[in-house]
Formats: sequence, C-alpha cells, structure tokens
Amino acid sequence: MDLFEYQGKRFFARYGMPVSAGEIAFTVDEAVAAAERLGTPVMVKAQVHTGGRGKAGGVKFAATVEDVRLHASAILGLDIRGHVVGRVWIEKASDIAEEYYASFTLDRSAKKHLGMLSAEGGVEIETIAEENPDAIAKVWVDPVDGLDADTAREWVAAARLPEAAVEGTVAILQQLYTAYVDGDADLVEINPLILTPDGRVHVLDAKVTLDSNSTFRHEDYDAYDETQTRDARETAAHARGLQYVGLEGSVGVIANGAGLAMSTVDVVNQVGGRPANFLDIGGGANADVMAGALEVINNDPAVRCIFINIFGGITRGEEVANGIVEALQRVDIDSPIVIRLDGTNAEEGRAILQPHLSDTLRMAPTMLDAARTAVALADEEVDSGQGSVQ
Amino acid sequence: MSIFVDAATKVVYQGLTGSQGRYYGRLNREYGTQVVAGTNPRKAGTDVDGVPVFATVADAVEATGATASCIFIPAPGVRDAVLEAAEGGVEFIVAITEGVPAHDEAELYNRLKRDHPGVRLLGPNCPGIISPGLCNIGITAGHIALPGGPVGIVSRSGTLTYQALYELKEKGIGCTTCVGIGGDPVPGTSFIDCLEAFEADPETKAVMMIGEIGGSAEEEAAEFIAERMTKPVSAYVAGVTAPPGKKMGHAGAIVSGGRGTAAAKMEALSAAGVRVGLNPTEAGELMAEIVAELD
Repeated sequence: MDLFEYQGKRFFARYGMPVSAGEIAFTVDEAVAAAERLGTPVMVKAQVHTGGRGKAGGVKFAATVEDVRLHASAILGLDIRGHVVGRVWIEKASDIAEEYYASFTLDRSAKKHLGMLSAEGGVEIETIAEENPDAIAKVWVDPVDGLDADTAREWVAAARLPEAAVEGTVAILQQLYTAYVDGDADLVEINPLILTPDGRVHVLDAKVTLDSNSTFRHEDYDAYDETQTRDARETAAHARGLQYVGLEGSVGVIANGAGLAMSTVDVVNQVGGRPANFLDIGGGANADVMAGALEVINNDPAVRCIFINIFGGITRGEEVANGIVEALQRVDIDSPIVIRLDGTNAEEGRAILQPHLSDTLRMAPTMLDAARTAVALADEEVDSGQGSVQ
Repeated sequence: MSIFVDAATKVVYQGLTGSQGRYYGRLNREYGTQVVAGTNPRKAGTDVDGVPVFATVADAVEATGATASCIFIPAPGVRDAVLEAAEGGVEFIVAITEGVPAHDEAELYNRLKRDHPGVRLLGPNCPGIISPGLCNIGITAGHIALPGGPVGIVSRSGTLTYQALYELKEKGIGCTTCVGIGGDPVPGTSFIDCLEAFEADPETKAVMMIGEIGGSAEEEAAEFIAERMTKPVSAYVAGVTAPPGKKMGHAGAIVSGGRGTAAAKMEALSAAGVRVGLNPTEAGELMAEIVAELD
C-alpha cells in the first residue's frame, strides 16, 4: 500500500519524527483556508502516487494566500504521469541549508534491512547511485538486532554529513527504523531530509509503502486501502477479492495461481496477442469465484476474447468444469471464450464442458494452442468490430 | 533418494484441527506420509482422524519422535509457530500459510540462522515438498507426480510447480523431490539451498527450476549453477511481460527500478549453461531432451 506524502508524514510523526505543520485540501477554497490557518509562506504540494511532481509543476511555493489560490487552482486536476491530482497538501514553508537522503527497505538478497543515507539529497536515489555511488552510505541491519545509536552514528559519519547535522540525523534514523519495523513498511524514504539554517534536522518529504500482509496488526491501515490508485477494472476486481492487474490488451486472462496467471500473460504475448489483464482466481476455481472473474473481465470494454487457463491440482477437473458451466449461466458474456483445462481429472472435466462448446466457447488441449486460438478470435472480433456501425 | 524428506520423515501438523490442516493432513496421510501428530494448545489429548493432538510441538516430538512440522496456522500466528517448531526439536519446518508479513519472514530467517542453525524452514507461502512415493508434506496433489527420478524440481510458484510435475509425468519422467520454495520476499529455503542438495543427491541426475520476476534469487542461482553444479538444469521464468511496478499476485513478484526482470534472469541462467524454455511446456520438453541424453 502506497501512502500519499501527507499520510506518510502523519505516519512518521507518530514515531516522533519532526515534520512540518500542514493540512490536506480537496478544493481551492479548502487550500486557501488551510493557508490562512497555518500562516504564509506555505508550500502547495500535489498528492499523487508517483514521482516527478516538482518537474510536472505539482509543487509550488506560495508567499501569500493569493498565491495559494493561484497554485491550488493550477495543481488540482493536473495530470502527473497519468495520475490526476485530487488533493493538495498545504504546509508551512521551511528554510533549507542542506538536503540529504535517508531510507530503509528490505534487501532480499542479504535478507537484512538495508539503510541508505546520502549527503546529496533532493534528487532521486537512482540518480545519485548512477552518478556518484560513493555518496551513498549503506548499512545492513539484522532484524534480530535492530539499529542501535552507535551503528547509526558510524553510518552518519560514513555519509560525511556535517557536524551540525549529526545529532539530529542519528535520532531521526533511529526513529525511521522504528517506524519501518513497527509500522511493517516495505519502504520508508525521506528525500529530502533537510538541515535548516538554524541547525535543525527536519523531514521535508515522506515516501512510505506499507506491507498489505500486515493489516491484521494495524487496524488503522484499512483507511489507506481507500486511497490506493486503481482503475475502474482494478476497483471492481478488488471488491470481489480477486488478484487483478489491468493491462492494455484485448485478451482477457483468467488463471488459477499467480505463477500460472503470469505465465498465461506471457504466452499470449508470445503468440502475438496482447493480454488485457492478469487475474489469479486462486486454487479453488469454484462457480462463485469464476463468475466474479468473468464479470470483471466482461466489463472491460477493451476485451475481445477471454482465455481461461486452469490447472487442476487438489481441485479436480470436474469441479473446475462444473464451476465454469455454472458461472457461464450466471454471467452474460459478450466475448468468445477459450478454455484450457489440464491436470487432475482433466479428461472428466473436458467431458463436462464438451456439450457446451460452440463458436463462442472453445476448448484447446494445451496452453499454447489455447493462446493462439484466443488471440486469433480477439483479432477477428476487432476486425468485425471495425466493420460494423458502433 | 530424495532431499530434505524421505519415507522415515515423521510430521507434526501445527493447525491440524483447523479446516485446512485437517483436509491436507488427511490427504498427506493417504499419500503415505507419516502424519504422527497435530498441535493445538486448547485441544491437547484429543485426536483428528486418529492422529493424536498435543499442546505444543515439543510435546509432540517427545511423544511421537516427529522430525518435521507442517504449518497451517493463519498468518498472524506463523512467526510464533515457526519458532515453537524450531525450539520444539524438529529439523524441517514447512510453512504453507500465505500472507505472512515480510518483517516476520526477515526476522525468522535471521533468528533461525542464529539460534537454530540445524533447522530448515520451507516457505512461508509455499505448496510444500513432495518426494513422490515417499513423502508429501503440504498441498501438492500427490498423483500428478511420478516417483523415481531422475529429475529434481525447485519452484517459486505453486501452480507452475504442479504444471512442471505434470509435464514430466506425461512424458514418463519421474521426480526425486519437488520443492516449492514459495514466492515471498524472504523464503526460508532458497533456490541455491535446493540446487546444492540436488547436486549432492546421487539419484537426482538433472534439475528443473521455475522462477518468477522480482528479487535476484534466479541470478544468484545462475551464479551457483555456473560455479558449482555438474548436473544439467532446465528453467522457466514467469512474468516476461509483466509491467514494472505492478505486483503480480505474489508479494515477491514485482519488477522495480529495472531490477528483477524475467529477461535478465533468463539471460543469467542461459549464460550459466541452463536450458531456458519460454513457457512451462517448453521447459518440460527441454528437460525431456536432457533426460534422453543422460544415460
């Protein structure tokens, strides 16, 4: 789960980290009212789940309330890399002497937490890593030990932060680590972490990604679920509890198991088609789940053909086949369907599907055959679609 | 021969009294696995289909001589369940449960390494392990696997593991052991652990490996194969066309910052001499070629 900057700052504040006072605004009037309460100068910052806000004109300094009105009008509704700005964060402006970078994430290779700290903040870490890798001081923290003050101090020294920033940064890094671990974050990033002219170390931005597997011990995380960026199809799938990722093509994909679903998307591409989605219905493949999956795919206007790819493991072929037949009776499908059913009791399952087969419900023996058929049908549908009056 | 488990492996099921534990515990027992005990602190002294239930893994080990555990406990309890199993005296722990927080997994990995270096954890979020004809721990459908070898299988994906077993069975090729390591960010057992064990197992003559996008486990495996493996390997990596930044179902299956792409993984594996298929069927066919060349 990705947090907006303001959510991230509130999250950090809970762990004692110094962030600027601010308010969230959904309209220009709210932005102006917030600035009046906070007192100018303020920053007007677009809240989107993507980087590059500054370059896109999504972050502006406002010296006066009139400036806030001007900037909020321009930023609300702005399209930043496909993300339309629906809310702006108004916060007290800070004087900046220096900018640093700090983050924690999991190093899957080392199986430890990786902390990165740099005296060259304000630009993306990928850019620093590419242009000046020595400017990033790294520390690997064993989750059993945690991060103690001595290690944090050595780490700050390795990053060559100026003396004035050492104490404040050591404290913030320990708080950041606690927020990362206790908050079950996949990523916590401060960029920039700033030193003010009067010698305070302060958190000026917040990027936080939380582990959605941890919600059972963080009741308040459900609120973040509502602010995730999803398209209409993803929202519909999410509401049905389906693992769905929207793609750009015309072949709707339904498979059981994440690996098989990924593999199905790959095979559709390999035979020259373009998948409309990734959709994993899990192991069971019963009628309810199958019907929900078909509804989601059927509502995608780009879909011209549906490829159902099921491998029966513990779930037997006849159960899967009965589920498909029942689901098809419940959902009115606009596109032709190609089914590949294999694995446990596949023969029995195919026998159940046999009497239902037609031009719009086909079966193919292998994944590749099914993918070829599905792609050919999707292409035909596109051709006939173009020929008719829409 | 097999790796990690064999006909002598005695398994205690943590969560045997739950619906999943009961169902798969029964299937595993029907397959021939020595299902010797279950645990549930509130139901000690009872039994599930004749399998005795104990309060703790330690009690179960003492009473039955269990050497392995299989965990069907819901995600919030997995961390404690794994530690209980390790402290209780089993050598091999299979955690089937999905949805375990990454921080729990990272802690478990490092804590086991430090305090219980002789204990192996498989999973969490994995289908388990099967040595066809000898032992099946977890949720793999036993009949889709042909016993006898000569192929060992290691896979990050559940359904693709079944697909691999099935492809080989259709070709009349048996399997020594099939290990599903799971697709989470910090699995207890890695590709390399399995490759190392297969390399040492005299009955395994070749290895089939199924990877996924995300992380760098396949690249590390490729390095190991190039330096240490004498046995031939075929591989498939799922997610060639996955868009960056989108999680494809598994917690681990994501391409981020240009790292973890299927293309890079396939390239690394090819460079290590692995025969890489573009889909599971092709990987199966490549394995059939390898087996035909073995004699």
